[in-house]
Amino acid sequence: MSDIPMSNGDDTQVSGRKLAGLAKSVARHRVVAVLAFLFVFPLIIPYEALAVNILIFGLFAMGFNMVFGYMGVLSFGHAAFFGIGSYATGIAMVHFGIPWLPAIIIGVVAAGVIAMIMGGMAIRSRGIYFAMVTLALAQCVYYLVYQMSDWSGGEDGLTGVGAGDINLGFVQFSLFDPTAKYYFMFVFVAIAIFFFSRILNSPFGAVLEAIRENENRAQACGYNVLLTKWYAFVISGLFCGLAGALNALHLSVVPIESLHYHLSGQAVMMSLLGGMGTFFGPFVGAMAFLLLEDIITTMTTHWPLFLGIIFIIFVLFFPKGIWGSVLHWVKR
Amino acid sequence: MNITIELLALQVFTGLALGSVFVLLGIGLSLIFGLLTVVNFAHGAFYMLGAYVGVFLIGLTGNFWLTLALVPVVVGSIGLGVERFLVRPLYGRGIDYPLLLTFGLGLVIVEVVRIIYGLDGVPFSTPKELSGATDLGFGYFPTYRLFIIGITAVIVTGLWLFIEKTSFGLVIRSGARDPEIVRVLGIDISRVWLIVFALGTGVAGLAGVLSAPMRSVIPDMGTTVLVEAFVVTVVGGMGSLIGAVVAGLLVGMVVAVTSLVAPELADLSMFVLMALVLLVRPQGLFGKKGLMG
Repeated sequence: MSDIPMSNGDDTQVSGRKLAGLAKSVARHRVVAVLAFLFVFPLIIPYEALAVNILIFGLFAMGFNMVFGYMGVLSFGHAAFFGIGSYATGIAMVHFGIPWLPAIIIGVVAAGVIAMIMGGMAIRSRGIYFAMVTLALAQCVYYLVYQMSDWSGGEDGLTGVGAGDINLGFVQFSLFDPTAKYYFMFVFVAIAIFFFSRILNSPFGAVLEAIRENENRAQACGYNVLLTKWYAFVISGLFCGLAGALNALHLSVVPIESLHYHLSGQAVMMSLLGGMGTFFGPFVGAMAFLLLEDIITTMTTHWPLFLGIIFIIFVLFFPKGIWGSVLHWVKR
Repeated sequence: MNITIELLALQVFTGLALGSVFVLLGIGLSLIFGLLTVVNFAHGAFYMLGAYVGVFLIGLTGNFWLTLALVPVVVGSIGLGVERFLVRPLYGRGIDYPLLLTFGLGLVIVEVVRIIYGLDGVPFSTPKELSGATDLGFGYFPTYRLFIIGITAVIVTGLWLFIEKTSFGLVIRSGARDPEIVRVLGIDISRVWLIVFALGTGVAGLAGVLSAPMRSVIPDMGTTVLVEAFVVTVVGGMGSLIGAVVAGLLVGMVVAVTSLVAPELADLSMFVLMALVLLVRPQGLFGKKGLMG
């Protein structure tokens, strides 16, 4: 499932060889490729708000993919990290008047702390049990935040999180300008993608995949599987927290739905649609998901019906997802 | 607030009634998991479906008892089709895939019901012979909730007899232990899985129609119930029927008593219980070690 293709391409058919070669070099220089794509992305998308959404949810799905795709552990609690990232950033800005950059850092750290606690409780439950435990724990976070309506705004969500004008000294822009907003978010996502790739390339990343392939064997090789799982869970939580923090700035409100388990489900769907355990998959999945949602909701109010059917079709017939299938075709 | 012993006793009964619904949901979930190792994420949707099929059938027949008997059959038949055509192709493809499939299926079911019945709640009145309250000696308690406790006891006993005392139950129990050996012995295990899936979803549908007069019948009613059912199975131990019964009643009681003492914490109490159980016994109260491995 690795997205680094084998160099053995002798029997590749002549037709499509160029395309295949392109796909291979894309996979080899994955950070550059994804950044280059995302850089020109707003030019080809209908409107910038959608592009920002894809950026943020791509990051969310990427963070989730570390646990699901690379380590092979299905979590249904990642909405907690996204939501807490959002709420912590929002609360820091609204209630304490903290500027946007420290607020984002607070959001990421808060998500990490929640991931430490949730991971600490859930990590001992193995296999499919893990999905249920993380889901229940995340739902617990949902109710907690819901109850603390003085801080979180309860059912209405937290309003007034606008960062407005941003002055970096050498450049000044407004987040109300959609293009500026996109590239502002892009910088954070770019940094995250760089780190994500470095983590996957490190020995730690190799242990993650070892756990996915055979947990008992990884254990027998002397790796501390429980601790590695916990680290991966927390790191994944940090990425999702960043996505949440950016979403708070993007929407200028934090809806209570950002903590609901349906959002965890969205991360799962995006990963699977794009291709789990691949570097580009989450972004491809986020793009497919949000573009389809954008198109279908203009025609009907029953988007979840279509989403459910598309998802079922992918689970049954295309479990590799879009990008995973492309890679499979290239390797053939 | 003055909490008398009578008030507490009544609340315990409320907890039992609430817990009974949890028991039915947890049993279905546990049964399906124990045999098929499928976590049914559409369980909440089947519960909701039960309530709506109940609304439909009671409009058709006007008879509550007939409806109560037919709902599990209808919902179970839908479960039958789901297992046969959607879940079955995924066996042997990794444990996460059926879970993901049922998650998508849950979305579809909820949306289909939304298309047919709309977003608003549908009324479901308590049958005449079960409305009103019964004197328990220390206070009056809604008769309908007593009925739920009673019918759950009957169903749990029936299921227990079915699984422990019949020859088909023997196949179910051995199938949970080792499906390969059961297959080698010449038993069509996929038929057993089919029936168990139908049984589990049918019981979920029954839980839905039973709680219809107590909770409002809306397409989203399964969303929170799914999480509650997960908490019950995590507390009781996946795949354990006794665990589902004990944990269901326990969770119901904890929620009911908390809502008497500290109403604002009622939603949270079950998660605190779950967290405590996870810290002490990660495999659940009645779960076996290594079952989930």
